[in-house]
Amino acid sequence: MTNQISSGDTAWVLVAAAMVLLMTPGLAFLYGGMTRAKSTLNMMMMSFATMGIVTLLWVIFGYSISFGHGGSFIGPISFSDLGANESALPLVNGTAPYAIPVLAFAAFQLTFAIITTALISGSIADRTKFISWCLFAGLWATLVYFPIAHWSFDFGDANGAGAGWLAARGLQDFAGGTVVEINSGIAGLAMAVVLGKRVGWRKDPMRPHNVPLVLIGAGLLWFGWFGFNAGSALGANHLAALAFMNTQIAGAVALMGWLVVEKVRDGHPTSLGAASGAVAGLVAITPSCAFVSPIGAAVIGLLAGVICSLAIGLKYRLGYDDSLDVVGLHGVGGIIGTLAIGFFGTKAVNSAGKDGLFYGGGTQLLSVQALGVVAVIAYSFIVTFAIGKFLDKTIGMRISRDDEVEGVDLTEHAETGYEFDGRGGGGAVGSTFSGHS
Amino acid sequence: MKLITAIVKPFKLEDIKVALEGRGIHGMTVSEASGYGRQRGHTEVYRGAEYTVDLVPKVRIEVLVDDADADSVVTTIVDAANTGRIGDGKVWVVPVDSVVRVRTGEKGSEAL
Repeated sequence: MTNQISSGDTAWVLVAAAMVLLMTPGLAFLYGGMTRAKSTLNMMMMSFATMGIVTLLWVIFGYSISFGHGGSFIGPISFSDLGANESALPLVNGTAPYAIPVLAFAAFQLTFAIITTALISGSIADRTKFISWCLFAGLWATLVYFPIAHWSFDFGDANGAGAGWLAARGLQDFAGGTVVEINSGIAGLAMAVVLGKRVGWRKDPMRPHNVPLVLIGAGLLWFGWFGFNAGSALGANHLAALAFMNTQIAGAVALMGWLVVEKVRDGHPTSLGAASGAVAGLVAITPSCAFVSPIGAAVIGLLAGVICSLAIGLKYRLGYDDSLDVVGLHGVGGIIGTLAIGFFGTKAVNSAGKDGLFYGGGTQLLSVQALGVVAVIAYSFIVTFAIGKFLDKTIGMRISRDDEVEGVDLTEHAETGYEFDGRGGGGAVGSTFSGHS
Repeated sequence: MKLITAIVKPFKLEDIKVALEGRGIHGMTVSEASGYGRQRGHTEVYRGAEYTVDLVPKVRIEVLVDDADADSVVTTIVDAANTGRIGDGKVWVVPVDSVVRVRTGEKGSEAL
């Protein structure tokens, strides 16, 4: 079969890639608004630095490990040149080729690797040594993200050879419930355990310092998520439209579900709750967006909104300081979404999909989904914990107690996020210009 | 001379300014303050985590007046600031030894 490039498909995937890249600054706003004023820049820098680090690794070997059709566990560790010499994506497991250049696919998937790594930073707010985060991001992308992307996303060559082991078993993960959401959520848990609690956790007030910034971030994420999910169709077609619609439905219903829980439990629906609910729904629909009907998407959204809003309180009972609820949102939401396909999956909307339990497909699909969930949880936690411990024992993952109290923005970056000096000059009150370097 | 200090609800600042200007007081110093009295604070909830906010925002108004004007200025401020609800604030008066206007060097009542 010839590899004919479709300009429509290519245009959509390129736009989608740009949309997904925008999610990482969006995440920086979401996270940066939730921290205290003294650590907002460091929080945002962890996302921005990840864009630099993971892009470089992607070029050198990341794309090859993820999508190079190697063993069932990882692809070949080699310089792939991102398939720049190949015209179009080759046949995928015997089905018709996607009509887009390999480079468009590589660019699109790169943005996934970036945001997944950046997501982890939410669990270690206010206290992480910046250079250690940079090293962690590189090691984590290499040892955890690239392999797991290969497991679930690499369907092998024209004959299915060289596919990842979960993809080969028929795991349904359209846009990254296992690869992105569960993976980052569980990695966040491991890192929260490695770093330990912030100074003053559960005693000092750690209120979000800028909720409007959180809402801007949530809005950008929501927008980008259409690229994330509908772009994963790798073409401008029916599946993309289905994924697009289901993404909107799940985000919207989860937003309402979260607010209802807050109204009933605390008496007030909150803005932070609205942002959190939307993210929870978008997380849960990520793996399932092209495998379920719109009604299925609504149920998944409702489950995500309600369950995640209850799950984020667990950290106080269990005593780990997952600062910005990476576990409760991405871990729990990803598990809900990935397992939900086993119940709500239906071939009526996607002939390449499978019927779940509620559509007469029995438990076969559910068991594959559960295997994917358990495998990713185990691998992600163990390897992330090992990377974190290694860095902590060698160069240290945490800043000193004094620096943490002073504020990580000032001590790690020599900057402050806000400047209210009436003179309109730079720096804090009483500052003077003392020359440049 | 007296220094009158008033700690009041922020949204009452405009009413007090108008009332003081109405009786010929044309200068004041205003700063943002926070604190609590019998009113105590309030509770905020973020992702289910409750925070008790002890300190509520207030405005601190300072006015310098002649001894003879002190009582009536206090009455003007109190009338303008009153809502009848808990948390309306407080006004107090302290004696001032000397005042100098920076621009002209005038002293005492001349500087007011």
